[in-house]
Amino acid sequence: MRRSPTNNARIALTVNGETKELLFAPNKTLLEVLREDLGLTGTKHGCELGECGACAVLLNGRPVLSCLVLALECDGRQVETIEGLADDARLHPLQEAFADCGAAQCGYCTPGFLVTAKALLDERPNATRGEITEALSGNLCRCTGYIQIFEAVEEAAAKMGAKESK
Amino acid sequence: MSGHRVVGKPRRRVDGRAKVTGQTRFADDLQFPRMLHCKLLRSPHPHARILNVDTTRAERAPGVHLVLTGKDFPVTFGILPVSMDEEPICREKVRMAGDPVAAVIAATEEEAAAACELIDVEYEPLKTIADPLEALATDEPRIHDHGDHGNVHKKIALEFGDVDASLAGADRVFDDTFFYEGNTHLALEQHAAVALLDPDGRLTLHSSTQVPHYVHRQVARALELPAHKLRVVAAPNGGGFGGKTDVFNHEVVVAKAAMLTGRPVRICLTREEVFLCHRGRHPVLMRLRTGVKHDGTIVAMDLETLLDGGAYGSYGVASTFYTGQLQTVTYHVPRYRFRGCRTFTNKPPCGPKRGHGTPQPRFGQEVQLDKIAVALGLDPAGLRLQQLEKPGTLTANYMRLGTIALRQCIEKVVEGSGWHDKWQKLRDGRGLGLACSSYLCGAGLPIYWNDLPHSGVQLKLDRSGLVTLFCGATEVGQGSDDVLAGIVAEVLGVAPQEIKLLTGDTDLTPVDLGSYSSRVTLMAGNAAIQAAERAKAIVAAGVSAKLGIPEDRLVFAEGRVFDAEDPEQGLSFQDAVIVAEGKHGIIGTTGSYRPAVSAAKYKGGGVGPSPSYSYSASVVEVEVDRTSGWIEVKKVWIAHDIGIALNPVLARGQVEGSVYMALGEALMEESAMRRLPARLSSALVHKFPSMLEYKSPTTMEMPPVETYLVEEPEPNGPFGAKEVGQGPLLPIMPALANAIFDAVGVRIDEIPITPDKVFKALREQAQGRTPRVGPASFPAIDWGEISIVPPPWEGGDGRAINEKPRKSKVVESGVRLAPDSPGANVSDGVKR
Repeated sequence: MRRSPTNNARIALTVNGETKELLFAPNKTLLEVLREDLGLTGTKHGCELGECGACAVLLNGRPVLSCLVLALECDGRQVETIEGLADDARLHPLQEAFADCGAAQCGYCTPGFLVTAKALLDERPNATRGEITEALSGNLCRCTGYIQIFEAVEEAAAKMGAKESK
Repeated sequence: MSGHRVVGKPRRRVDGRAKVTGQTRFADDLQFPRMLHCKLLRSPHPHARILNVDTTRAERAPGVHLVLTGKDFPVTFGILPVSMDEEPICREKVRMAGDPVAAVIAATEEEAAAACELIDVEYEPLKTIADPLEALATDEPRIHDHGDHGNVHKKIALEFGDVDASLAGADRVFDDTFFYEGNTHLALEQHAAVALLDPDGRLTLHSSTQVPHYVHRQVARALELPAHKLRVVAAPNGGGFGGKTDVFNHEVVVAKAAMLTGRPVRICLTREEVFLCHRGRHPVLMRLRTGVKHDGTIVAMDLETLLDGGAYGSYGVASTFYTGQLQTVTYHVPRYRFRGCRTFTNKPPCGPKRGHGTPQPRFGQEVQLDKIAVALGLDPAGLRLQQLEKPGTLTANYMRLGTIALRQCIEKVVEGSGWHDKWQKLRDGRGLGLACSSYLCGAGLPIYWNDLPHSGVQLKLDRSGLVTLFCGATEVGQGSDDVLAGIVAEVLGVAPQEIKLLTGDTDLTPVDLGSYSSRVTLMAGNAAIQAAERAKAIVAAGVSAKLGIPEDRLVFAEGRVFDAEDPEQGLSFQDAVIVAEGKHGIIGTTGSYRPAVSAAKYKGGGVGPSPSYSYSASVVEVEVDRTSGWIEVKKVWIAHDIGIALNPVLARGQVEGSVYMALGEALMEESAMRRLPARLSSALVHKFPSMLEYKSPTTMEMPPVETYLVEEPEPNGPFGAKEVGQGPLLPIMPALANAIFDAVGVRIDEIPITPDKVFKALREQAQGRTPRVGPASFPAIDWGEISIVPPPWEGGDGRAINEKPRKSKVVESGVRLAPDSPGANVSDGVKR
């Protein structure tokens, strides 16, 4: 018979710039710790098997599937979730563009797309349609047909570029 | 649109901010103190008697609070009154691998799962039925003790005019068989539910459901609770597509568990369990015979469909009707015969997926039209244009059509794609295909008969200037909240974002039947207009009395109420509400919507009527690799007759999302099952119960799409709007099949069209045989007596001339099942 592991894993986890000391069962995934221990339910789950991309978060700036990452591995690392994307009350240009362009329909895959797109634009501010398509190919969306998502990323990139050049 | 300030303008949806900040609270995001977790133990057998369930060990396991079995749930439920054949937990037998036999409620999900493994269940396996042909040949054992006979759930036979005579007199008769494999919704959100007792001891169920009203009725029934003691709140759905329009066993189980434990009880299905819930596209085998004149004019159509229903009734009776009832609303069909049969099989139950029952026969009809055009040397676009049904027509099967802008749709995609320069003119391997379709704007009848509104809206205007809207409509991502806010904002002259919405809550909002059959925009939209116009009249009366301006000169716009002749004279919207509240008292208004009575009086005529029909046309361009059969979709052109687009951003999203989902089912998605080897009980199990193995299109597979919204206002629609969520899916699958024929000359008469099928057909072609992959034949089915309904142009009155008089029958207290409703005439042995 399986036994519930005791809460004996202790790490310092930095999420969206805030560091918290956490005590949890060592078999917990980063997804579970974010949603259940920290109450950050903006990160979603669609399969918990690394197939859908809904649980994507940034780990040291790179997108990872939080359902496949043990929280224990994240000691001392920087995690960024959808809750940390806005600059205080001011939405990130990607969030503005997703809302304006129809890139979020049901909104369930949206957090995963947004953080993945942010990682892309952080690295490649002038990403082409082809690069956007490839970067987002691990995120499934059943509502939009992806086209308005591509357009939103392009619009955000344009706005961020215009801001940079000012 | 002329004069509109909100309607027709592209804008951010009202719930856009919540969605991009991760603040939309889906059902599994709800967390409550002391919340317990539920896991269901599911049967590994597809068909078996349950001899014994021993929960002793599980009850003693760590963390376990409660173990439930079938004994705790004596009452069945089901979405249609005619097939209440589902059990919260199975009692005497299981009908599919995945049926629940016990539930464990524990402190953690992990403990609940561990305790499930300690439950000992003794099964006696029964013969299993894998497909409709086996079902037709196997009367015993019956999967259910209701339905027409044996393992036949429902048979339908309708004839509108003498089809045999017309076929005999036709210049050509085209006789084709098609198969459409089942597929599933694959909404990103797994179904989740949380039940809890409120401080007064009343039960609340939060669930990812598209139909809170129906869940309310059915959970109350299954738990034998007075309905007013139960509150159902639909959380925003993380995608639905029809997959959350049934009432599910897990919803009933957590509700009961919350009552017994007094604590919040949550369940979230695993992805595999979502595949087992299913209710997706029915696999359908079809035979379609169409008689035409030499110029391609249709003289009669004869359609037979055979549906694989899976293990439960679900919406199946309605689904079966839908495989035939909308075949007449696109082109003029003078005479029509439709016979449909749904069988039970030991597999996850099928139900409504986007397009509900209509994509399968639409595929057959539109591919056959392409064959007719090629055989007669006609242009497929011209063939369709020459026989479009006319606006306002009453069809052969008594569907009353409204506006039809299909001509413009065809012209748009023909022009946009360069059809005339490309069709039959591109190099080998490259081709174009065209197809059209039509869909409902809401089902004309509710699923249980009643004389009540299908949708209701309440508005509250208070002295803060806030407008609060209450409506049972459910936000599943399609934008129903935005539709409602946009409409009310248009009427009252305020910004959509300033309207507070409270939706999908059976305690607080008036009933709306749910987000299915593309009904919300038209039905809830019309109710919203009525409520808003009533509120406007109250405010106008107050302002008129205060400022001495005649009411009919008052304009509501830009957050003000002012004199059309002297715009400076007026009040802010807030001051106008304050003035009106002083004169009128507290301001609250209501709006209701109920569709007009249908002309289809025959048995079964309750499925198909709608206040309006949308139309779509599409051209698909493909590249087919002859060496591998690989198919690449290069581009899709799609035009949709939307009446008017309330918010073009969302409308375009619905069209493109439909194209995407259609390409998925056209090219790769299939809910295939397989038999385990005998040493593993020969069980029928799902072949691909994961997102990795159930292939769906990623960003890499999505082609460019050119979308045209064709606007011709529909008088029955709010501000002229029609549906857009389902119709644009329908023409894509046949347009793709037709494009493949144009590219390489092979016919794939089944869905999905995978490279191996194309490769096989190409090999047939190379060897000089018929270059086709598809079903060889349709089985002989004893259809019994057919209902004979003369079409309107042959003196018919909408009734069957050979039908016995029917009585309304009482199904539940106070609810009559209409003579016209799909289930009214099924002699049922359903346990109640």
